[in-house]
Amino acid sequence: MRLYDLLLYLYPASFRSEYGTEMRHIFSQRRQMASFPVAVIGLWISTFFEILVNAANVHWDVLRQDLRYTARGLARSPGFALTAIVVIALGIGANTAVFSITDQMFIRPLPFPDSQRLVQLWENTPDSARSEVSPPNYRDWHRMSSSFESMGAYVGSNGTLFGRGYPRRLGGAAVTTGVFAALGVEPLLGRSFVSDDERANAPGVVVLSHGFWQAEFGGDPKVLGMSLRFDDATYTVIGVMPSSFYFPTRNALFWRPLSDSTTTDLNRGNNFLKVVGRLKVTVTTVQAQAEMRVIADQIEHSYPQNNENSGVTIASLAGSIRNEVPAQARLLIAALFGASLCVLLIACTNLASLMLTRGIARQKELTVRAAMGAGRQRLVRQLLTESLMVAVLGGVAGVFVAIASVPLLATLAPADVPFGQPTALDIRVLVFAALLTTLAGIAFGMVPALRSCSAAKLAALRTKSGTSVRREWLRSVLVAAQVTASIVLLISCSLLIRALWRIQAIDPGFRIENVVTVNTSLAAAPYADLTRKLEFYSRVLPEVRALPGVASAAFISVLPIMTGGGIQRVNGVDDDGASLRFVSPDFFASMGIPIRLGRDVTERDTLDTPLVALVSESFVRRHVAGVDPIGQTFSFSGGIRTIVGVVGNIRVRGLERDSEPQVYLPYKQMPVRVGLLYSPKELVVRSSIPIAGLIPAIRQTVQRADPEMLLQVRTFKEIITAQTETRVVHAGVLGAFAGLSLLLAGVGVHGLLSFRVSQRLPEIGLRVALGATTADILRMIFRQSLLLTSVGCCLGLVLGSAAGWWIRALLAGVDPIDLPSIVSAAGLAILMTATGTLFPALRAIRVDPATVMRME
Amino acid sequence: MPVKHEEVDALLPLPPATFHILTALADADRHGYAIIQDISARTQGELHMSAGTLYRSIQRMQEQGLIVETRQRPAPEDDDDRRRYYKITAFGLAVARAEARRLTQMVKLARARGIAPETR
Repeated sequence: MRLYDLLLYLYPASFRSEYGTEMRHIFSQRRQMASFPVAVIGLWISTFFEILVNAANVHWDVLRQDLRYTARGLARSPGFALTAIVVIALGIGANTAVFSITDQMFIRPLPFPDSQRLVQLWENTPDSARSEVSPPNYRDWHRMSSSFESMGAYVGSNGTLFGRGYPRRLGGAAVTTGVFAALGVEPLLGRSFVSDDERANAPGVVVLSHGFWQAEFGGDPKVLGMSLRFDDATYTVIGVMPSSFYFPTRNALFWRPLSDSTTTDLNRGNNFLKVVGRLKVTVTTVQAQAEMRVIADQIEHSYPQNNENSGVTIASLAGSIRNEVPAQARLLIAALFGASLCVLLIACTNLASLMLTRGIARQKELTVRAAMGAGRQRLVRQLLTESLMVAVLGGVAGVFVAIASVPLLATLAPADVPFGQPTALDIRVLVFAALLTTLAGIAFGMVPALRSCSAAKLAALRTKSGTSVRREWLRSVLVAAQVTASIVLLISCSLLIRALWRIQAIDPGFRIENVVTVNTSLAAAPYADLTRKLEFYSRVLPEVRALPGVASAAFISVLPIMTGGGIQRVNGVDDDGASLRFVSPDFFASMGIPIRLGRDVTERDTLDTPLVALVSESFVRRHVAGVDPIGQTFSFSGGIRTIVGVVGNIRVRGLERDSEPQVYLPYKQMPVRVGLLYSPKELVVRSSIPIAGLIPAIRQTVQRADPEMLLQVRTFKEIITAQTETRVVHAGVLGAFAGLSLLLAGVGVHGLLSFRVSQRLPEIGLRVALGATTADILRMIFRQSLLLTSVGCCLGLVLGSAAGWWIRALLAGVDPIDLPSIVSAAGLAILMTATGTLFPALRAIRVDPATVMRME
Repeated sequence: MPVKHEEVDALLPLPPATFHILTALADADRHGYAIIQDISARTQGELHMSAGTLYRSIQRMQEQGLIVETRQRPAPEDDDDRRRYYKITAFGLAVARAEARRLTQMVKLARARGIAPETR
């Protein structure tokens, strides 16, 4: 019988207490009638299934009844229903939207079959545990290892697409045949690469991404066999990958074979390949690691020169890819996720508080139902159904909020991971929303439901409710928690805004107004030849300068702000680098960089004249302090340079990073074969009129000199704005969260105090009758609100400072314990509680003692 | 209390279990197990209702007002205090009659098409 009793637990408690005894009785009689063991077993089996089915049905009956009841109840108080649904929708919407990004960044398995078997292989050198791999080493690994089903190497490889409108620069990758095989993804159309495609002089072939195929060819299957010109070669389209395929990053639109000329490069010190492998089903990472260690030892033995002390690191592909997302971007998203949880917490406490009030308003109804024999559990279940229904409605609305807001957050989603743009309409995200909805429903429903029902019992014994003291205590805690959470958000948001301001206020060292930049492909063929480059400059520069409105124009290797690299040693000292840029005359005028001493570079500074240089003030301070810098010499970039001028410092590595001293060399003194990075290719134009009107003319002038040249035109303002774009969005979202939480906390305070005042009306009436002044009453009301605020504030300030410390890497040097932020957050919170207190207070001082006493 | 037609019609057609329970309670108040036995006897053992189905139906029928739990108990020597007795209401009787009428009508229709045997 004990088993039967256990089975009865499948029924709702109310049903069990009502009919359990009898059902047990009937079962025992049947049990006695069954005389043979076979009959007993049959009885048990049929009983088991019967109870399973019926219990589910009874639960369904109860649920339907509760839902009907709840729907009626909510329809009767639409104000409550709407408030609750909107509050929860905002909470869940915010979380769902942020989760869609968080998921890609931290959690979601890579979108490849059996992705847990995918690993990344790195060279483990004395310098770095995770270094890229040199082509010959990769080829040896590939040949010698047996732990992998397949292995492939790839490298990011962008290309300029010609012949389809303006030349365009597209993101892509060069891959060996093993890459698609290791990832386990087949093309949607056509074929992927075969080993013949990798031969050094094989005809060029290309596989396109689904997105590029759709955008560029409207999804036309006839694209197979078409010829596309990338850079200086022609490629036949042989395949299109499926829509969910992104690799190695979201930005890769096409894949070319990593041809043998690259993979057979014999230099074992030239590490630039990334290697992906798929472990055999029976092989663990540790086993593969052991095998690779042996292989690495053999390679080291054969080629000690470049492979001394080097090994192989094997790590999961997902982890390796995610590791490459900058730490700051990861922290940004983690902080956003924390903030969105904070908003949900506030929404839930707010609703719990609302539900408590509602429970009090419905006390009579609950008391009646309790008196009529409804068990406590039955009432709790019904109230929980109500909160869950509100949560589900809010959750559904929240998903729509998320769908609407995910595009706004897209700037924050990292493109370095092999996923498509995040979307809220994704099964994982929806499951998360559903989970959150259920949790929220239980979180804000459970305590009020339990409270209301125990109160119902108590109240059944008394005529007048005397239970509100404990309940109000609980509500006070909830409201204080809301104040706390909103202060945490306010402080974090304010810190981020201050960091943003600080970055925006950074002086880059040059003037960005009315400067336009044109990025040309002068670095690549056919301009690798110095003469061709010089021809181009001497044709374009005079024409651009002649345009009406152009004040000055010049070429430079790399724009300030834009590139981190290009650091050369000064006087041969290793740690003493300066950034190198080749410039044409007028560069400093074009950028508004002041020339402090000496002269600009000129057209007469050529390879036939002494090598000269302009240096920044920071360079002077570091290398030639205390003497007249003009005429001093230093060894730099393969020559002895004489300083002919000193210019102001600029930011070369982005607004947020410190800069090395800068050295500028005349463009006509660049070596005949100059590296891609240093080759002057950025045209900088300053205008004396608003620059926007000049852009088409500048573009045409440059394009006339070479119709096939790939151009990217941007104003310097755009470049600077892009530097802070992520931060602006981040601060904006966090600001919205903080504003929302402040509003919710205000509503919470208002709700609590309104309730309090209405409960205390008789007392207030009595006080007034006994001579209390308006000021006394106000003091009484505000005292409570002040108490709540100060408790919330104190906790909030502590937790807010902790949050600030946690996100300090995002603060660009703003102190996490920042007085203005703290003061403004506390000030706003106090203002908000004061506003929330205002209406209840007004109501209290309008109390007419006579009316209230009569009501008593 | 007069029985409203629309309230009766709203419940039709009745689930078979409900109809059987109403029929079992039509002539006498019975406790749960007695209802099961009565149904079993009337259907020559064809239908053996499980306790779960019975009480789930009883719960719903009480909510619908078809039956009520009765306070009247049989003579103490026949009684068992674990048992609860149920009684059909006037509304329940009206619903049972309406369902019987509906079923008769269906059988008539079936006979007219020759898909049900004539019993006389």
